[in-house]
Amino acid sequence: MLGFLQHPVMVTAEVNLNMVALTAMGLLSRLWQLAYPRAVVFDEVYYGQYISFYMKRIFFLDGSGPPFGHMLLALGGYLGGFDGNFLWNRIGAEYSSNVPVWSLRLLPALSGALSVPMAYEIVRELGFSHCAATGAALLVLIENALITQSRLMLLESVLIFFNLLAVLSYLKFSNSQKHRPFSPRWWFWLVLTGVACSCAVGIKYVGVFTYLLVLGVAAVHAWHVIGDQTLSNVRVLCHLLARAAALVVLPILVYLLFFYIHLLLLYRSGPHDQIMSSAFQASLEGGLARVTQGQPLEVAFGSQVTLKNVFGQPVPCWLHSHQSTYPMIYENGRGSSHQQQVTCYPFKDVNNWWIVKDPGRHQLVVNNPPRPVRHGDVVQLVHGMTTRLLNTHDVAAPLSPHAQEVSCYVDYNISMPPQNLWRLDIVNRESDTDVWKTILSEVRFVHVNTSAILKLSGVPLPDWGFRQLEVVGEKLFRGYHESTVWNVEEHRYGRSQEQKERELELHSPTQVDISRNLSFMARFSELQWRMLTVRSDDSEHKYSSTPLDWVMLDTNIAYWLHPRTSAQIHLLGNVVIWASASLATLAYALLFVWYLLRRRRRVCDLPEDRWLRWVLAGALCAGGWAVNYLPFFLMEKTLFLYHYLPALTFQILLLPVVLEHVSDHLCRSQLQRSLFTALVVAWFTSACHVSNMLRPLTYGDRPLSPSELKALRWKDSWDILIRRY
Amino acid sequence: MLCATSRLLAARAASALPAHPRGRGPAPRSRRRELHFPGHPELPPGDLLAGRFAGPSVSTGRRAILRRGRMPPAAGGGLAGSELRPRRGRCGSQAARAAGRDVATETATARSPKRPAPLSSRRFEAAGRWALLALVTLTSFATRFHRLDQPPHICWDETHFGKMGSYYINRTFFFDVHPPLGKMLIGLAGYLSGYDGTFLFQKPGDNYEHHSYMGMRGFCAFLGSMLIPLAYLTVLELSRSLPAALLTAALLTFDTGCLTLSQYILLDPILMFFIMAAMLSMVKYNSCANRPFSAPWWFWLSLTGVNLAGALGVKFVGLFIILQVGWNTLSDLWHLFGDLSLSMVTLGKHLTARILCLIVLPLALYIATYAVHFMVLNKSGPGDGFFSSAFQARLSGNNLHNASIPEHLAYGSMITVKNLRMAIGYLHSHRHFYPEGVGARQQQVTTYLHKDYNNLWIIKKHNSNSADPLDPSHPVEFVRHGDIIRLEHKETSRNLHSHYHEAPLTRKHYQVTGYGINGSGDSNDFWRIEVINRKFGNRIKVLRSRIRLIHLVTGCVLGSSGKVLPKWGWEQLEVTCTPYLKETLSSIWNVEDHINPKLPNISLEVLQPSFPEIMLESHLVMIRGNNGLKPKDNEFTSKPWHWPINFQGLRFSGVNDTDFRVYLLGNPVIWWLNLLSIALYILSASIFAVAVQRGAHLPVKVEGLSQVLLRGGGQLLFGWMMHYFPFFLMGRVLYFHHYFPAMLFSSMLTGLLWDTLLRLCAWSLASYPLARCVHVLGILTLLLGTAYSFYLFHPLAYGMVGPLAQDPQSPMAGLRWLESWDF
Repeated sequence: MLGFLQHPVMVTAEVNLNMVALTAMGLLSRLWQLAYPRAVVFDEVYYGQYISFYMKRIFFLDGSGPPFGHMLLALGGYLGGFDGNFLWNRIGAEYSSNVPVWSLRLLPALSGALSVPMAYEIVRELGFSHCAATGAALLVLIENALITQSRLMLLESVLIFFNLLAVLSYLKFSNSQKHRPFSPRWWFWLVLTGVACSCAVGIKYVGVFTYLLVLGVAAVHAWHVIGDQTLSNVRVLCHLLARAAALVVLPILVYLLFFYIHLLLLYRSGPHDQIMSSAFQASLEGGLARVTQGQPLEVAFGSQVTLKNVFGQPVPCWLHSHQSTYPMIYENGRGSSHQQQVTCYPFKDVNNWWIVKDPGRHQLVVNNPPRPVRHGDVVQLVHGMTTRLLNTHDVAAPLSPHAQEVSCYVDYNISMPPQNLWRLDIVNRESDTDVWKTILSEVRFVHVNTSAILKLSGVPLPDWGFRQLEVVGEKLFRGYHESTVWNVEEHRYGRSQEQKERELELHSPTQVDISRNLSFMARFSELQWRMLTVRSDDSEHKYSSTPLDWVMLDTNIAYWLHPRTSAQIHLLGNVVIWASASLATLAYALLFVWYLLRRRRRVCDLPEDRWLRWVLAGALCAGGWAVNYLPFFLMEKTLFLYHYLPALTFQILLLPVVLEHVSDHLCRSQLQRSLFTALVVAWFTSACHVSNMLRPLTYGDRPLSPSELKALRWKDSWDILIRRY
Repeated sequence: MLCATSRLLAARAASALPAHPRGRGPAPRSRRRELHFPGHPELPPGDLLAGRFAGPSVSTGRRAILRRGRMPPAAGGGLAGSELRPRRGRCGSQAARAAGRDVATETATARSPKRPAPLSSRRFEAAGRWALLALVTLTSFATRFHRLDQPPHICWDETHFGKMGSYYINRTFFFDVHPPLGKMLIGLAGYLSGYDGTFLFQKPGDNYEHHSYMGMRGFCAFLGSMLIPLAYLTVLELSRSLPAALLTAALLTFDTGCLTLSQYILLDPILMFFIMAAMLSMVKYNSCANRPFSAPWWFWLSLTGVNLAGALGVKFVGLFIILQVGWNTLSDLWHLFGDLSLSMVTLGKHLTARILCLIVLPLALYIATYAVHFMVLNKSGPGDGFFSSAFQARLSGNNLHNASIPEHLAYGSMITVKNLRMAIGYLHSHRHFYPEGVGARQQQVTTYLHKDYNNLWIIKKHNSNSADPLDPSHPVEFVRHGDIIRLEHKETSRNLHSHYHEAPLTRKHYQVTGYGINGSGDSNDFWRIEVINRKFGNRIKVLRSRIRLIHLVTGCVLGSSGKVLPKWGWEQLEVTCTPYLKETLSSIWNVEDHINPKLPNISLEVLQPSFPEIMLESHLVMIRGNNGLKPKDNEFTSKPWHWPINFQGLRFSGVNDTDFRVYLLGNPVIWWLNLLSIALYILSASIFAVAVQRGAHLPVKVEGLSQVLLRGGGQLLFGWMMHYFPFFLMGRVLYFHHYFPAMLFSSMLTGLLWDTLLRLCAWSLASYPLARCVHVLGILTLLLGTAYSFYLFHPLAYGMVGPLAQDPQSPMAGLRWLESWDF
């Protein structure tokens, strides 16, 4: 035991020193003057607002990614004692003194710094030399774009950190597979792989590509395990189950956990409430919950209700009517029924109140005890302020002529009979006798005479309709679509017999008491669904770019400009590293195909273990680059240079691997090898030099003269800001 | 499956498998452990099972097979699935029924006592095969041509494709998002059947009256009927099993969806025909692989290429079958490459043959269809505006055809300005204001694809509105690069104007309006005109010069965002002034029409673009057109996940209970069986794959079946995936009928799978007559079941009149199994 320990102490110490040095350099490069500039830099303006929401516990919805990344940034704010009081409205705005800039930027910086030793470890675990590993780490260390991105309150560096962690822990796991499966170490790395994958996905959806890559490699390895006939069936099954649990089930659970914490933290209502369903809003403190608190749960005949459309596109709105009628003749010459308009109105209004009436009775009040409305009941809907009944008939709707017009019936004595009976169809019912419930029930109104369905067409009416949204009776469609579904939002039992009293009652706030809860899974699935479907304006941006611009660094992003001097921060990579990494990927691909074809003809240039190592390195590094890069060609959103950084990191890892391979296998003589080494050294020196030249743009700490700036503009497509005095 | 696997175990135990591949002696006992399936680790050791199942009931013939099973099948030793394949089967349909050649030859002797095959019976069998094929073809034609003339009005997309057929007959140029071959064939069919191209095809429901439409429908129905024999032959080739092929044919014949889609003037039957033909010829060619460079080999290979060109020439969806064939070819080449007995020269020949037949030939044919397309359509028509000025010069009747217009732009010229990006159109304005809340309430400026008087602008000097520039006493002054100009809209006399208001749709750009009265406005009307390709000196050439208009005050560039304005803008495209000075096509314009009586007209013959340029341009326009088919908000669109579950159909004709209604909906029995089969297939194939990977040696018969399942079925499953999953990535509007190519593959898979499973089941039952009985009964049940479901649902395809299905009086009463079906 002791002998075993003594001998490798030397080795371990050596590795550690390398690692320690790399970590220290990483920390130095990322943490140096972290609180500078004390102003909002680029996308900090975007993430900052969410941090403030976390600090104030206000619910928000951000379609750009799952909440884990935002939460990590907010953790920095929490540790720094940020109170959330800062108006994030402008890039370049000075931070006020209550914003703990240093601690807000700390977590991304730490992840960026730790990526350096991780790069080292990954190359080591892939089975390449210390020299190659150190090279990889140094390249990550001096890459300007990575430095810039990790020194600010942005998420890419954290994403890269977890991507690398996932790959590293999978490698450690698969290397321990050979010696000691099911040892604690084996379990630790396996579980860590799953957790890291799910953290990566939790930060940005693009993390899913790395996850899929790791899953793919794991599946291939598992297939080999199945084919390994020295293992018993039971053991193979255990292997498979362990992998499935750690790489599939666990990540899902961790992902759910992020949302659980997210929803636990954000319990107050806020500006994004409107996007969510009424039930969700009611589960938040303040906002709708304050209004609906204490409403009766079951809708009865005689209830006064507001009806909200579930689809909420283009804006959330409530079924509405008002005194105005449809114009006799539309602009295009078509005629209307000239009856009272029914629209969907995006603001709270007393005209949104409707009374649920039993067609067989005249009363508009609730019996004692209340008689609840059930699925399949036929109802009339009375508009509260005008006491007219919701009606639809075979008249073309104003803007959707294929559908029926919906109106509040006005009797003109022109042999157009009222058709105001609606059958209630509760979409999310559990049984056919379900009661119509406030907020929870999603209902459709099916017209009895024509079997049309009350639907929000979403088209804004012209001026005569006050630009409110058109509501129609949809005849043709019988499938399910959210725009045909409504739910009761505000609700009270009607008590007043007289119209005047009823109007007063309609104006008064709702009250009475009951509470309702939404389960976590329901809230999670709604939130996740909305996040995936919420549409952000895909606006053009001055610094947006296309994936083709990224490979050779044909574009940059100006992040920040000093308000007075010409000091500025750019997202600008080290051109030497970008170009050579791309070349290395190309070289790898060509060499790989060449070897593959030769092996097929039974010519083995590489020994078997070298070949497997070479393949695995390619699968993870070149594969990591491909999965993090190629999908962007299919995406339709606005893309920026920083989207390339995860792919770039994998590409950088491949670079020393290819170099070492060339030197070991393609350089035939000692002389060639020495020459090649000299070349590599020269190349690395130039990379360092370039990195140093671009340093002022990376840190933004030194104002440069216009001539210096012009000298730095190596490509015409780079946009470097030069002040005109 | 369970019965099959336990049977497997039994066989294994009974035949005491060898310990190592070469050995023939009895296996050491310890090796037994490997034989268990991972899925059933707790199964009792083989002896017991063997005693129970493989007891006295095993016939001598079966025993012989089992004993032969000691020989490791050639494929058994491989590691990965891909290396498993015994490479080549036999060529042609006369091959033995076993899948792999190796297996077949090895079992030939074992089989002979059971199936004596004298010459006469073989001939009889062959005749039976032909009769069966004829029967299948006949049924398919009968079902497709039955009531083909009903309804005698335009159904659904006939309004488009019929119209396009007419365009070919009339030789007028039009634009469509699909490649031309399909519509050309429709046009040809119409032409040959005596249709004169005079029917307008205005909207669905219009009566054909005296116009001859049966030729076009008949052509589509013919190709639609051919699908079934093609599928039949494909499955026969893949599985070597008549029942499987028969089942497939029944599934497709009795599917109401395929039937409906084949009966109208649509592109889909043509597309599906080419896809299936390509698949069949690929499969045929695969089985010729043991006789490379023979006549049938060349025939099927080049036929594959021809069909690929056909598929791509009808719709771009044909790309998926190309990918499938490509993948198949790659793996084929990969296996050849691994065969050390082949020299590099032979390999080179193989490679060249494939490049010739699968790349060069299809490409040539595809280009040829375009050549014909452009040759036939030589008259100006509704598609002109989608194309560039140079393109239009080709079309007779277009004002650019043999045009003679003044060459250089001068002040006072009346011009139209066209955006260089494909399918954006002309700079346009009209007497309507931007609505309130959308920037300044001034006159709209848009781009418009059609030719119109409102596209005319007059180019003026920025500072003088003085004398009429057309006054002959004024000297002609040419516009030069860098000049500051004003563009006055001819009809409304307002100036092209921009200012610091956000554009209606692209919020980060500035709004462009028409401003001023009778040409007098303000300094926001000034634009600097710049030529981008300044090889013609400083003057601005009509058609040739690519110009940019830069707003003098804000420094922004006039461009079109390509977004469609809402109703108030008449759904024309938005024009903005973009502050980002990136050089994109959408901010570059050229001058098209040019009227200036003071300048001499010159002929512009020289402009005609070359054929490659036309090809490229029409493809760009098609791609843009496809991308432009985006679903709008609040529109019910079909989602890919709806399709395989037959969630919702498409209304081909008729709405009310008095109408003649045709509803495109798959036969639910068949579609749901297909869905189940895909799941079953994945399950059974993975059980086999894992078994092989665990080193289990399958009995010969099972081995053969598993090869059919893994190889033949694998190809079909791949085809299904290739024709289905890409739709999830597409942003354009999708329709139910997009699923039908995938449905063909899925049905073939179903036929193959059930036959194989029934054979496995039958095999695991002991005695031969009983086994045969099970197999025959199973297949018969499936055949009759599908036929009966067709009897139930046939009114969907052949048309129904009467109340809707929810009414008990309806012919379809009780058949509305899903609420989303609206027939």
